[in-house]
Amino acid sequence: MLLSLEDATVRFGGRAVLDTVGLDVAEHEIVCVLGPSGSGKSTLLRAVAGLQPLDAGRVLLDGRDQAGVPAHKRGVGLMFQDHQLFPQRDVGGNVAFGLRMHGASRPQQEQCVRELLDLVGLPGAARRAVAALSGGEQQRVALARALAPRPRLLMLDEPLGQLDRSLRERLVVELRELFGRLGTTVLAVTHDQGEAFALADRVVVMRDGRIAQSGTPLEVWQRPADEFVARFLGFDNVVEGTVAGQAADTPWGKLPVPEDAAQGTHTLLVRPAGVRLVPADEGLRCTVAARTFKGTHVAVQLQPQEAPRLEAACALREAPEVGDEVGVEFDAAETVVLD
Amino acid sequence: MHTKTFVAAAVGLGLITLSACGSSSGSEGSGNSKSVTLVSHDSWAVSKSVLADFEKKSGYKVNVLKDGDAGQAVNKAILTKDNPQGDVFFGVDNTLLSRALDNGLFQSYEAKGSDLILPEYRVDQAKHRVTPIDSGDICVNYDKAYFSKHKLTPPASFDDLVKPEYKNLLVTENAATSSPGLGFLLGSAAKYGDAGWQGYWEKLKANGVKVVDGWEQAYNEEFSGSAGGKKAKADRPLVVSYASSPPAEVIYGDPKPKTAPTGVSYGTCFRQVEYAGLLSNAKNSKGGKALLDFLVTKEFQDDMPLNMFVYPVREGAQVPPEFVKYGPQAKDPETMAPAKIADNRDQWVKSWTSLVLK
Amino acid sequence: MVVPVAFFALFFAWPVAAIVARGLKVDGAWQFGRIADVVAQSDIRHVLWFTTWQALASTALTLLIALPGAYVFARLDFPGKQVLRAVVTVPFVLPTVVVGTAFLALVGRGGLLDELWGVRLDTTVWAILLAHVFFNYAVVVRTVGGLWGQLDPGQEEAARMLGASRWAAWRKVTLPALAPAVAAAALMVFLFTFTSFGVVQILGGPTFATLEVEIYRQTSEIFDLSTAAVLTIVQFVAVGAILAVHARTVRRRETALRLVDASVTARRPRGAREWGLLAGVLATVLVLLVLPLAVLVQRSLDAPGFGYYRALTRDDGGTFLVPPIEAIGNSLQYAVAATAIAVVIGGLAAAALTRRDAGRLVRGFDALLMLPLGVSAVTVGFGFLIALDEPPLDLRSSWILVPLAQALVGVPFVVRTMLPVLRAVDGRLRESAAVLGASPWRVWREVDLPMVRRALLVAAGFAFAVSLGEFGATVFIARPDNPTLPVAVARLLGRPGALNYGQAMALSTILMVVCAVALLVLERLRTDRTGEF
Repeated sequence: MLLSLEDATVRFGGRAVLDTVGLDVAEHEIVCVLGPSGSGKSTLLRAVAGLQPLDAGRVLLDGRDQAGVPAHKRGVGLMFQDHQLFPQRDVGGNVAFGLRMHGASRPQQEQCVRELLDLVGLPGAARRAVAALSGGEQQRVALARALAPRPRLLMLDEPLGQLDRSLRERLVVELRELFGRLGTTVLAVTHDQGEAFALADRVVVMRDGRIAQSGTPLEVWQRPADEFVARFLGFDNVVEGTVAGQAADTPWGKLPVPEDAAQGTHTLLVRPAGVRLVPADEGLRCTVAARTFKGTHVAVQLQPQEAPRLEAACALREAPEVGDEVGVEFDAAETVVLD
Repeated sequence: MHTKTFVAAAVGLGLITLSACGSSSGSEGSGNSKSVTLVSHDSWAVSKSVLADFEKKSGYKVNVLKDGDAGQAVNKAILTKDNPQGDVFFGVDNTLLSRALDNGLFQSYEAKGSDLILPEYRVDQAKHRVTPIDSGDICVNYDKAYFSKHKLTPPASFDDLVKPEYKNLLVTENAATSSPGLGFLLGSAAKYGDAGWQGYWEKLKANGVKVVDGWEQAYNEEFSGSAGGKKAKADRPLVVSYASSPPAEVIYGDPKPKTAPTGVSYGTCFRQVEYAGLLSNAKNSKGGKALLDFLVTKEFQDDMPLNMFVYPVREGAQVPPEFVKYGPQAKDPETMAPAKIADNRDQWVKSWTSLVLK
Repeated sequence: MVVPVAFFALFFAWPVAAIVARGLKVDGAWQFGRIADVVAQSDIRHVLWFTTWQALASTALTLLIALPGAYVFARLDFPGKQVLRAVVTVPFVLPTVVVGTAFLALVGRGGLLDELWGVRLDTTVWAILLAHVFFNYAVVVRTVGGLWGQLDPGQEEAARMLGASRWAAWRKVTLPALAPAVAAAALMVFLFTFTSFGVVQILGGPTFATLEVEIYRQTSEIFDLSTAAVLTIVQFVAVGAILAVHARTVRRRETALRLVDASVTARRPRGAREWGLLAGVLATVLVLLVLPLAVLVQRSLDAPGFGYYRALTRDDGGTFLVPPIEAIGNSLQYAVAATAIAVVIGGLAAAALTRRDAGRLVRGFDALLMLPLGVSAVTVGFGFLIALDEPPLDLRSSWILVPLAQALVGVPFVVRTMLPVLRAVDGRLRESAAVLGASPWRVWREVDLPMVRRALLVAAGFAFAVSLGEFGATVFIARPDNPTLPVAVARLLGRPGALNYGQAMALSTILMVVCAVALLVLERLRTDRTGEF
């Protein structure tokens, strides 16, 4: 284990911003902490970096307790959301900073800077002024700077937050490739689940200072642990129901559930992909309340007569119009029993 | 590049500190038996050659500490009398003498050559705690050009100053903070008596006397007879200054004038005498005594007038010809016993302030 | 933090406590009743009242006149700007005796105001107020202007895009950001004018008396130490109250600001309004600041062929033990030492005060550091005498005492100038550096220092000028006979004779030039780096 957090607790005033959090990050792993603002994820990073003292619990790096170790001796890298590049230095000066602190010689610094700038896609930019860079370029410089001293753990706080969509999507792929090549251990923090899922080997969902769920992106996606996680992932088709055998009794009628589903009263989730549209007189009768174009598909909001709204995902050609009457059938494979 | 500036500054600081430790003027002086320390006010001055002569003959190096104006210097000496800053104090004048003596500032020592000091200056004969060194007269100076232009006789006495023809022509200094200002006040008190001087000042005030804070301002800004006054278009031809000021105007005139541009109203003079003494608890008494002896030698007394613009007290001391011609000592100045001054000074200054300034 | 506290305790707290104690302890018994006696006297209360209101009026007037100047120097670019900025700091340096002369040429008989409008202001309180503006103009221009030049104009632009008028944008965006610097400048000006001594005496005349003048009289002339002690305590309390108020209201508002390099924000004036402002400020500076200085220069040139200057170099063997020109060397020596001490101590204090974990006690020290500006210089000077009289601290006759006393006044300048800028540095920039491996000391050097380098130079300039001008307790310290420039000037002015007067003017001019040159050099120092801001 490269990083271990044991019962880490941080309190601000009376409130526990981090509440007995336990987390493990293995070497070469990319872990993304996902959560809404106020969930304590930034505090988590700061605690690991040594910028925020713990009120209880421990941080272990390479098995060693970091209590009393100041930030500049921990050997971790931290990249802030707004980069925090040093305005008085040029790009090369920024990237070389960490190397200088560790006593690298001038030629070593220069070579390292050159390599890293090539790596992040800014070859030859060493002499440029920081203020003259675009957002994406600043991002890359910040990344190069954080990587330069070869930290054992690289931490990213909302690494792609400030970039436009196409850049973000491209960068996610590049980053994952880069980290894979370098073998960097990464702990990233974000509120964007698309980003988290694309980047991470493992996703950790946080809520109010506690961990709600931890698992691979696929696991979390397929089986959200509870209603909060489900809603955070963007799933709104959540409803209460009673599971008996292979079906659950819900306000939407009978929902088929997977084979090993827990029995009894539970919250159930149906992913939009599992909501199939059929002719109006088959299945649950709904009116189309709204439709949103999502690029690759259309998200359709369906209103059954006396039940909560449903969201379905349709292919472009097949999407109904607002006001249309449709029928809904459910697919067991896309149904999840939460908590 | 940060490093360079930082290192430069550190080196600079280091060098300065080293030079400080090494410089002789920085050492405590009196602890070293080969040097003697003179504590004085800011106006102390002596020719380099004369002092060097003394240093050679006596074998003592002289350190001089200048401690503000006369009043300040005396008070500071009194404050530190148990652990004084030096060995000899020069610059207590007759207005401050009682204060110094009553506070036990000096120890007894009769300087060699004291018998050559003119009798009118001698004081404290029983204990010889102080030695007179120089004297000066605080008198009204007048601007000759003004008076000849207006075909007016310059005033010659205290009484003259309140006459209507001299209205709005006099400027004096604040008696609370200025030595000549105080001298002028004491002179009027000596002349008109303890009860009468206030009436005099009321008349003076009615006659338009202007009071400014210090001598520099009075002489250089308000007095029409000075170089500075001319530039400042000063309009008062009468100022309370010293009898040695007209000679200075000649010696330091530019271009050198044929005769003094200002004169002294001898009826308005108050005698000021300056003393020196060996400080009680001086660390180097022997050196201090040698220094005191030096201060009454002919060599030093001859040298004094052109340096401090005062008159010697030693019989037979030479006075520069300009002094004799343009600003001889007053023959009959007002005087007052130091003890009387000490008793009444604060009260008189207070009355004066409310009378004249408010 | 230890070093600044030790410095402060040794060279300020202890001497002041010693002399006050000496005053209040008569024959071994404490005379606290004296306090009530003195304070009850009506003329003392009158003095206190006058001191306070003239200080407030002076501060307000200075801010009013100098803030536009701060803006012009910070944001507008015009030829000769650096020289002019050095010139406006020169009044700070002049000995009061000389200022009296210079200023009377403006407001007195035959002066500019007299010739133009027949107005004579000497011996009125206006002369005092205007002279205070003359002295302290540079304090506001440099302190406020320093921060103003580094504020990101983008912030104001953002406000204007959101619909705020120019004036509203300035009021709501820039003014709050400037508030700490304005408050710091106001505080310094207030403290200086509160303890104003020479200006009041010379320009106001003997009818005006401030607390400081009164303390001087009691200590130096009348030698009533107990009254002086009481007055010092009164002054202390008043100043302490002001500092407390300042700390309360202002320091809360110091937040992280976006700081940019000053050279980026300065530009040529645009539009009639800005040109008008520039012209107005230049006219003010010309009349109020340059004219009095010019009078001095002109008087020094009255002798044909620089006669007075040549006279200075002649050693006539008697008048001074040291030729006046050597006084320049002495002055510079003291000034360099005092500046070095002030910058080191002040820098350490400022660094300690901006640490995230600075406790309440440390922050209280922030206010304490300003005390030397507000407590009577006479008291401090006398205090040195009785406090620093035992080895290993028998510094009374050591030359180092003078720079130390000067540093006492210089340190608050350094701290006050650097603090607003230091506090405006984004804490996360420091954290970034820490995580990249920089120890706390290196963080300060790599992150804070470059950002405050400019402020540091401004502060060093102040400390240098303070030393050259012999502020505060230095006037009351005994020193070995190495006269500095102000002392030499005072000596020359203390003698009659055209030659002496002319030489005094010449020496004053030299003093002004030395100061201006030194300040210019400091300004230039920051622009010799390529590729960095």
